Amino acid sequence: MLTSRHPLIHLLDRGAVLFLVLLGAFAIAIPVLNLLVPAESGFHVSTYLVSLFGKYVCYGLLALSIDLIWGYVGILSLGHGAFFALGGYAMGMYLMRQIGTRGVYADPILPDFMVFLNWKELPFFWYFFDHFAYAALMVLLVPGLLAFVFGWFAFRSRVTGVYLSIITQALTYALLLAFFRNDFGFGGNNGLTDFKDILGFNVQSEATRNSLFFISCLMLAICFLICRAIVTSKFGKVLVAIRDAESRTRFLGYRVEAYKLFVFTLSACMAGIAGALYVPQVGIINPGEFAPANSIEAVIWVAVGGRGTLTGAVLGAFVVNYAKTYFTSGFLAEYWLFMLGALFIGTTLFMPRGIIGTYNHWRANRAERKDAERDGAPPLASPSAAE
Amino acid sequence: MRALYDRITALVFALGLLIAVAVPVPSAAGPYEDALAGFTTDDFADTFDAIDAVVASGNPLATPVLEALQDSRLQFSAAEKKVFIKTKDAALLDAATGQPAAGPPPADLENVRLNNRLRGALNGAIGALTLMAPDPARRLSAAQSVFRTRDATVLPAVEKALEAETNARVKKALNEARAAIIVLAEDSSADDKIAAIAVIRERSDQESLALMAGLPANLAPEVRAAATDAVAKIQSNLAIWRTVQNFWYGLSLGSVLLLAAIGLAITFGVMGVINMAHGEMVMLGAYTTYVVQEFIRTRFPELFDYSLAFALPLAFMFAGAVGILIERTVIRYLYGRPLETLLATWGISLVLMQAVRAVFGPTNKEVGNPSWMSGAFDLGGILITYNRMWIIIFTGIVFVALLAMLRYTRLGLEMRAVTQNRQMAAAVGIRTARIDALTFGLGSGIAGIAGVALSQIDNVSPNLGQGYIIDSFMVVVFGGVGNLWGTLVGALTLGIANKFLEPFAGAVLAKIAILVFIILFIQKRPRGMFALKGRAIEA
Repeated sequence: MLTSRHPLIHLLDRGAVLFLVLLGAFAIAIPVLNLLVPAESGFHVSTYLVSLFGKYVCYGLLALSIDLIWGYVGILSLGHGAFFALGGYAMGMYLMRQIGTRGVYADPILPDFMVFLNWKELPFFWYFFDHFAYAALMVLLVPGLLAFVFGWFAFRSRVTGVYLSIITQALTYALLLAFFRNDFGFGGNNGLTDFKDILGFNVQSEATRNSLFFISCLMLAICFLICRAIVTSKFGKVLVAIRDAESRTRFLGYRVEAYKLFVFTLSACMAGIAGALYVPQVGIINPGEFAPANSIEAVIWVAVGGRGTLTGAVLGAFVVNYAKTYFTSGFLAEYWLFMLGALFIGTTLFMPRGIIGTYNHWRANRAERKDAERDGAPPLASPSAAE
Repeated sequence: MRALYDRITALVFALGLLIAVAVPVPSAAGPYEDALAGFTTDDFADTFDAIDAVVASGNPLATPVLEALQDSRLQFSAAEKKVFIKTKDAALLDAATGQPAAGPPPADLENVRLNNRLRGALNGAIGALTLMAPDPARRLSAAQSVFRTRDATVLPAVEKALEAETNARVKKALNEARAAIIVLAEDSSADDKIAAIAVIRERSDQESLALMAGLPANLAPEVRAAATDAVAKIQSNLAIWRTVQNFWYGLSLGSVLLLAAIGLAITFGVMGVINMAHGEMVMLGAYTTYVVQEFIRTRFPELFDYSLAFALPLAFMFAGAVGILIERTVIRYLYGRPLETLLATWGISLVLMQAVRAVFGPTNKEVGNPSWMSGAFDLGGILITYNRMWIIIFTGIVFVALLAMLRYTRLGLEMRAVTQNRQMAAAVGIRTARIDALTFGLGSGIAGIAGVALSQIDNVSPNLGQGYIIDSFMVVVFGGVGNLWGTLVGALTLGIANKFLEPFAGAVLAKIAILVFIILFIQKRPRGMFALKGRAIEA
């Protein structure tokens, strides 16, 4: 994990560079293969796949945000899907306002579902959402504010461990129930959908989809760098200290609550961005995104890829979601939940470090052995990094 | 289904006729036969008189005849001057004797026609007849329907019935019916009306309130005052009953929550493990009930009423065995890593749900209520269903049994020791690993029997457990760990608070409010209401 053998941890170690290069190649290759390679060629990537990969990238960003708090501060949030969905709703509200008179009821101001519910005027919380800049601000502000308030209460009262996990779950569950209500003003059961365009570009068009995909990759890269910067700084060392011995860190004089609150809020903002990029690519946001099961699934992506590694979280999101797409579309569909369940059990039991974590561990061990052999000492039992 | 239903009604009808026929029928042309003749003229006025006359005759065939008339099954032949009842399976009975009609049906058979005035009279007449029916339950429902219709034409019948009535409940209902008619009647005196209002005030339910509120405007002042007074009285009475009812519903919900959460509280308390698959243990218990009932239904249908008695131990053992299996194969490798346990047990819950879906299908399974658990009774102003009542009682028994087990048995003692301080318990020779397995088995087993109870009030589907798991967590977190009383108080508080909020906020908002409340509550008391004291807990 963080315990590199070099005393100086750089912002860009080998893994981070490799990750950024791969992500960059992916971000460029997919649009190129979609737009420039003719459809009959074997290398052509369909527009459907572009959006699918775009979805994975958003999931990757969500996983990254979870890894930042779970892997480095030890806060297991089972409600991060709520921040993701809130960001998604903020973007969805912007997209709804862009429909304008092209809706079924052709009301210039009110979205269709409000006309359908016989509402006469726009609720105040829908004001200004026709401006992209405002909506983009809300994408950050709403999840961030909720996380700030929630975290402020929770961390100050020293709610930790499973208790915190359970109340984050309660949080997303409460939001799920609220957003299912029609009178809550967010489209109820059906959510927000039938989007037409974003910043004047048609959301269905190939060019927009490729741009959204590219922007998602870009945001992932930026957020990854932010996370790297945090975890490799002195600040990040304190975070790890909190994870491993919270009381001790507090007694050393650090304001544990402040550290936690900052990272938790930042993580929620990232989840919000992921949600906001997700919505135009899948074309719908509905209350189902708040379901506690979704949040827990996102946690398992991180666990599979390797928590506390950042790159692992993204990798895990890609691997698990690719497997999900692959299995749920074929005749294996009814076995998918068995596999997902087995993944939860298997990862926690047999590979608690996840893919990247296990690889790092194995490499560290090998280097250790090599050092020992070179020094002529008999190979010792590997000093495994403390969990 | 429909055909069967028709056949049964026909059978009942025929039986009724047979009984009627067994009573000696006046053979000579009596008032009844004369009355019947009125139906053969195809004249509304004659039919009207005939209805009255049939009722007045007191003949036991009057009811079937009038009911046939109401259903357009009363036919007549003008040529033969005879009236026939067409039964639901199209047989023809002679209305005069109740016997099947001799010979071929007359050629000019026609239905006796009705108009709206006749229908009104007919309703009243049938009501009056049933007011005198031999079965008290029928008399009661007839009296209650008169109270609702307030048909002034049946007043004489009500008064007549009132004189003859001996059953206290029916008598009360008749009195109320009489009062309802009098209050609305134009010609009754102010004193009568005030007396009637007093009777209705005693009844004190939604219907009497509607009656009082709907009184005509042109009342004498003293009557008006009495009515206003009665409305206030009824309203305050209703408010009290509403509170009682909310309390009862809350108790019922709370006991369900307690059943679902108590096993969770034990495992969490002793092992510090959040078992996300707990809801699935409840689900397995419910499916055990289903399997047991299916087995009994096909092999020993006469034992159906006892099916739950068989299901309870089986569900306990099955869910408990699954729980021990999970503990031995997964959870024991994850001690000290509660967050990982949470993920692993979530995975287990996915697997169990999908397994049940694969075996039993995704649809709801029907689990029947034994006869002693179906139905309901009135307690004052509230309706109490037997299944809810038994579940509350059952929850109480489970709770007390568990409490006694923890208090008085060796296993309970060891469990409490491990809860309080695992290292010390191990140091004095308690095999903590064994306690862990047994605790997990016990918690799961209790979830299993909770499933038996929940199968009686909820849909048995693979998702059954998911509906309870978050609520159960809330109860445990709210109540505090390591103390069953905390779970009890937590469950009942949440249940009752939920039901008291529902009338103001609606079911969903009430639930949200409760969740928000718990999130805030946890800030104040991070270890729940009844937290264990001491350093052992503060890891």
